[in-house]
Amino acid sequence: MTAQAVIVTDKVFSLKGGIHPDERKTLSNTTPITEVPLPSVLVLPLTMHLGAPADPVVSVGSTVRKGDVLATAVGGISAAVHAPTSGRICAIEDRVIAHESGLPAPCILLEADGEDDWRNRNGLPNWREQPIDDLIQRLRDCGVVGQGGAGFPTDVKYRNKHKPITTLLINAAECEPYITADDRLMRERADEVLQGAVIAKHLLAANTIRLGIEDNKPQALAAMREAADRLGIDLRINVVPTKYPSGGERQLIQLVTGQEVPRGGLPSDLGIVCQNVGTLASIYRAIVFDEPLISRVTTVTGEAVDAPGNYEVRIGTPIETVLNQAGVHLKKADRVIMGGPMMGFAIPDITAPLMKTTNCLLVPTRKELPRPMPDNPCIRCGLCEQACPVNLLPQQLFWASKHRDLDAAELHSINDCIECGACAYVCPSRIPLVQYYRYAKGELRNEQEEQIKSERARARFEARQARLEKERLEKEARRKARAKAAAEARAAKAENGSGEPDAQDDAIKAAMARAKAKKAGAAQNTAELSREDLEKALELAATKVKKANERLVVAEQESPDMVPALRKALTKLEEKHRTAQAALDNAAHGEPTRTDAKKETDS
Amino acid sequence: MTGLNLTSPHVTGRTSVRWVMGWVLLALVPGWIVLIVSFSLGYAINMVLALLTALIAEALLLAWRGRPVMFFLKDLSALVTAALLALALPPLAPWWLTVLGTMIAIVFAKQLFGGLGNNPFNPAMVAYALLLVSLPLYMTTRWASPDFSLPIADTLAIIFAGQTPVDGATGATPLDVYKLDISRLTSAEVLQSPIFGSWVAEGWDVANLAFLAGGGLLLWKRIITWHIPVSFLAGLGIMALLFSGDADVRTPIDLHLFAGATMLGAFFIATDPVSAATSNRGKLVYGAGIGVLIYLIRTWGNYPDAVAFAVLLMNFAAPLIDHYTRPRVYGHDKSVKGFKND
Repeated sequence: MTAQAVIVTDKVFSLKGGIHPDERKTLSNTTPITEVPLPSVLVLPLTMHLGAPADPVVSVGSTVRKGDVLATAVGGISAAVHAPTSGRICAIEDRVIAHESGLPAPCILLEADGEDDWRNRNGLPNWREQPIDDLIQRLRDCGVVGQGGAGFPTDVKYRNKHKPITTLLINAAECEPYITADDRLMRERADEVLQGAVIAKHLLAANTIRLGIEDNKPQALAAMREAADRLGIDLRINVVPTKYPSGGERQLIQLVTGQEVPRGGLPSDLGIVCQNVGTLASIYRAIVFDEPLISRVTTVTGEAVDAPGNYEVRIGTPIETVLNQAGVHLKKADRVIMGGPMMGFAIPDITAPLMKTTNCLLVPTRKELPRPMPDNPCIRCGLCEQACPVNLLPQQLFWASKHRDLDAAELHSINDCIECGACAYVCPSRIPLVQYYRYAKGELRNEQEEQIKSERARARFEARQARLEKERLEKEARRKARAKAAAEARAAKAENGSGEPDAQDDAIKAAMARAKAKKAGAAQNTAELSREDLEKALELAATKVKKANERLVVAEQESPDMVPALRKALTKLEEKHRTAQAALDNAAHGEPTRTDAKKETDS
Repeated sequence: MTGLNLTSPHVTGRTSVRWVMGWVLLALVPGWIVLIVSFSLGYAINMVLALLTALIAEALLLAWRGRPVMFFLKDLSALVTAALLALALPPLAPWWLTVLGTMIAIVFAKQLFGGLGNNPFNPAMVAYALLLVSLPLYMTTRWASPDFSLPIADTLAIIFAGQTPVDGATGATPLDVYKLDISRLTSAEVLQSPIFGSWVAEGWDVANLAFLAGGGLLLWKRIITWHIPVSFLAGLGIMALLFSGDADVRTPIDLHLFAGATMLGAFFIATDPVSAATSNRGKLVYGAGIGVLIYLIRTWGNYPDAVAFAVLLMNFAAPLIDHYTRPRVYGHDKSVKGFKND
């Protein structure tokens, strides 16, 4: 990297819509990044990223060193959690975390020992000589995730190679009002960011590094330019106009390339991978120094804060600790916002820990960000439509969502909404539009899940119907076969004229054949045979009566409603038993009757 | 500390419905003043009558419907409806015409449909059309003559005491006169009439320019977009260029644009967002449709000015237009048209 760096400023394309809220960035971007002291206990949620929760590999009571793995990534999209300092694991339990739901989530609690003792590290200053896959694995092992907000595991972006990547786009737009973490990071650590970018470019086999930065950060831009020049890193710069939400990944790509990421696609479809500046610095620290993602720069700002600015904070530090460090006056505020005022959320409890994705803690006074006023009806003024950066018709989406007309919401492409809040910002009726969209999106998700479920139930039902039909057909076939065999036997008997039944014929068929034969008038002396059969029949009838009695006893205790039917059946069986007895007696006297034939047919 | 559980965005802009409506009212003032000065004090009396009636009718209906009265009165939307109607009605019509019209607009065309934001038709135009169809005599003959200076006492007597205007004090509008007379006279002869004045049509031309300026204010404040006014005027203008080439046969383009309610219609009436199409492309179709219909009705229909009917007809079409003019969403190959998703 000794060659003369080529640094070019490219033209910028336009972004439809967008808004210009008060930036309020000077509140926090004038002071250098300062460190928040180590708290006594760190709370490390197992989910600080998008994807599957990490799996704990430590147990309560074990001691760990700074940088040790506490929980490993599970499955394709997940991120590991590391010890931000040395100490003892004091608990693994559910704790309140900073999430809209306010629900507790599993966390590892680490009691710091104050030594801040690093584990053995295996830095790779000569990373160019390492296999690419090993470097990507290191990003996963170091728990690096996107620090712009969503927390997407970084290694996944480098593994996904379905399209050749030409461009690494550094997202330095930082378009949300108030937030200046990336701004300060670029001013103070431009080298780290750029060297991270060089590593990322190497991993992607890309040929260009682009910097997309809003024109409200001239000092950061100058620092990046200077560092690129000094380090001999080629850089293409797009200075985009300050307009929210130019820092949305897809919006920045549109500004920088004039192209749109296809619907349902990824930036890689355009040969682009986009990374936030903080993430690039983490990549650099992970590869070159083997430092996992255990701290980050967070903006603490708002008028209820004495010392707004940017703070280097260990992941897992309670938000309360961070706020106290900055001198917060919670009495002046009615909420603490994680993220910016446009897309951040009010955190349910400030004892929750700071996470890998926490780019800003905003504590506005009540006057600064007043509570929402009651909304007026929509007057279809269309200001929202002019503001929407993805070209939706927000007011149509609003009507559809409000009336839970999910088909209409889908027709108006609600799932392309990025929830940037530009529509709600400009709405003169002060309608909380984004909340309506979230509701409709949630309902759509539910409905789709329901559909999948009912689809499964239908398949199950159809399979059962098919099975029953198959069984019925098989039964029918068996019955036909039996009838055919009986008919053949009958025919054979009629031909032979003898009473010798086929050995393998079962009793019923034999009896039927005999009865028919008798009916035909072939009077034979069958006394001896009949007697045998009658004895068998009698025995059978006796068993049945016995069994029916047993069933009746059970039924009397367990299912009383069955009792009358069973009684009736028992009476019938007893009757049969009596007739069988009578028939046998008759047979003993050499007078076979029609009854016994009938009886045997029945049995 | 457990804070308020609010979701994003936490910050909103400074606009409000009241702000929007307030600017619309303000933007109407120049045209209103020109009308008063050029024609009659009747425009001022009409305005007061309409505004008062609208406030009372809106308050009563809101109370009857169980809605918060002050909350909705403060949005000023009823006043905008009333103001538009007052500017559209003939200045020397009897007082009860204005009151009746305003009540129709507020009660039937707005509140009975569900109030602000729910009316499918422009309330002021519903009232105007209803009055025009039901009371054509008052609606076509009570226009003040620009050159006749009527004493205030007479104006009051005409409006409130049912006095019949003296000859020359009132008459038809320039569009009406031109359309009637051109069948038997040449254009030059028709334009001899004093009501056409020195430029296009005495009083009307300046009023149109004033409304155009007011529209410019709304554009500048980004309360309306250019789509509806531009396509409206283009639709009307192109039709006039195509079919009104010979001023001896049909009303020429300058009268179409500056002699009637054209500018008021293009910037204030057609742009009523509640009853208009919503997407930018939809607005273009909607505005052009109104412009074309105005020309058709003025030329081959029975009514000399046609803004109300054209607007109402396109109000009917607005939902359909919306379905076929959706913009292409980011990342999509094409826009979703019609009623079915792919």
